[in-house]
Amino acid sequence: MSGFDTIIEGVLLGGVYALFALGLSLIFGIMRLVNLAHGDLILLAAYLVLSATTALGLPLAAASLLVVITMFVLGFVLQRLVLERVLGDDILPPLLVTFGLSIVIQNGLLLGYGADSRRLQAGAFESSSVALAPGLSVGLAPLTALVTAVAAVALLQLIFYRTSLGRAFRATADNPAIAQLMGINERNVYAIAVGLSLAVSVIAAVVLGIRASFDPSIGPARLLYAFEAVIIGGLGSLWGTLAGGIVLGLAQAIGGRINPEWQILAGHLAFLVVLMVRPRGLFPARRT
Amino acid sequence: MRGVAEHLLSAETRCGATMLELHAISKRFGAIVVADAIDLTLSSGEALGVIGPNGAGKSTLFNLITGLLRPDAGRIVLEGIDITGLSPEARCRAGIGRSFQIPQPFDHLSVFENLAVAALFGGGLSEVDAIQHCGRMLDLTGLEAKANRLAGSLPLLDRKRLELARALATRPRTLLLDEIAGGLTDAECHELVETIRTIHAEGVGIIWIEHVVHALLAVVQRLVVLNFGKVVAQGVPNEVMRSREVETIYMGVPA
Repeated sequence: MSGFDTIIEGVLLGGVYALFALGLSLIFGIMRLVNLAHGDLILLAAYLVLSATTALGLPLAAASLLVVITMFVLGFVLQRLVLERVLGDDILPPLLVTFGLSIVIQNGLLLGYGADSRRLQAGAFESSSVALAPGLSVGLAPLTALVTAVAAVALLQLIFYRTSLGRAFRATADNPAIAQLMGINERNVYAIAVGLSLAVSVIAAVVLGIRASFDPSIGPARLLYAFEAVIIGGLGSLWGTLAGGIVLGLAQAIGGRINPEWQILAGHLAFLVVLMVRPRGLFPARRT
Repeated sequence: MRGVAEHLLSAETRCGATMLELHAISKRFGAIVVADAIDLTLSSGEALGVIGPNGAGKSTLFNLITGLLRPDAGRIVLEGIDITGLSPEARCRAGIGRSFQIPQPFDHLSVFENLAVAALFGGGLSEVDAIQHCGRMLDLTGLEAKANRLAGSLPLLDRKRLELARALATRPRTLLLDEIAGGLTDAECHELVETIRTIHAEGVGIIWIEHVVHALLAVVQRLVVLNFGKVVAQGVPNEVMRSREVETIYMGVPA
């Protein structure tokens, strides 16, 4: 059963990576913006949830909901006040600005929370497991993370393809100038997209905070995994991002099984192999 | 087709009232003047044709009216309200619709969704009303059978139809058509002219830039000639076509 164990472990880990990557994939798909502060924003969300549970004494679910709203507003404001000014034909300014934002957030967290490792307390949920088959049980927390990732992708797809907001997203992604001529307020569409991206990232933050301890310095590594998941899956495709996360998780789990030191390396190697074999990713969006 | 009018027009248009006014609109790109103090008026429900050689500033004129470009000087007044400072999306909502010379559909949306976006955001319709209205516009432009195709997969004629249908979906009271007849066969062109006549008959004001002059003359009541960013002639179409300015521009007869 050990091979099967590894695959289960990899798929579950993939759910976590997919959650890291969803917000990144979302705003890249709509705005062609690569948000280098994405990992640090996940960390910021994790710390905000931590504060809401400890300082405000809220239960984890309520704290998460509060932070979802907070991060949505933060994303909206961030786009309107900062990112909007640098979006344009040149891709360098947004990269520089989000890189700067990453540094600001890291140091801000260091200042506010210190360098100690923290964890979100989820009580018995953290350590309980469910039996899938005799002799095969999986942790409830990782399973929930995977289910949440699938649900989040399904929900975002529903928004994209079944609502007027989603049509505005897709129309603006296709051609922002024409979208404006059709009465769409491009600035608001972009701001909502960034808000949504950060709101989704709160789910990633909660999963991150429950499954392992975190400190202000680990954001960039989360960004790297998220980025790899997006690229492996194919730019602009949310289901692709989920698949990309799972490929990355599987590669790490298999690599780790062969030699524990190879876990991270195996993930990066899988990323490079996909880049060489399918440069546009496994499931690229139908872009012409 | 019955009932299209009340959906295209949210307000009763009074014949003879001024729809759109351009007051001394100027725009230059560096040393090149693309609009030189242009004065232009569109009456309510009027169909106005615009001709002129390539580079005369015709498409620039539309970009200025729709807000894609801001004029260096001058004012644009729509139904009595100064819209010079408004964004493109606000102008769309205020009743200006536009089709592009090179069709620019949202390629990754279905034909229906292209219209739905325009009706929901530009037309300010509710979901239910938008579906109805879009159905009518698809019908009017002959696209109903292709409603669920991806816009990017359409052939040229259908892309032109979609361009028109999407502009109509925003429920414009002033419709700007940019060389919509170019590249069509005679039969296709005839069909298009009939569609535009229908739209015009329902009271929508039209400004139509066109090189296919016979199509233009079949619809418009007044003709404006642009050259070097200036209005060089305007008036009754047949008289303008025989004018010295037009001969000079198109035939090279010295003035």
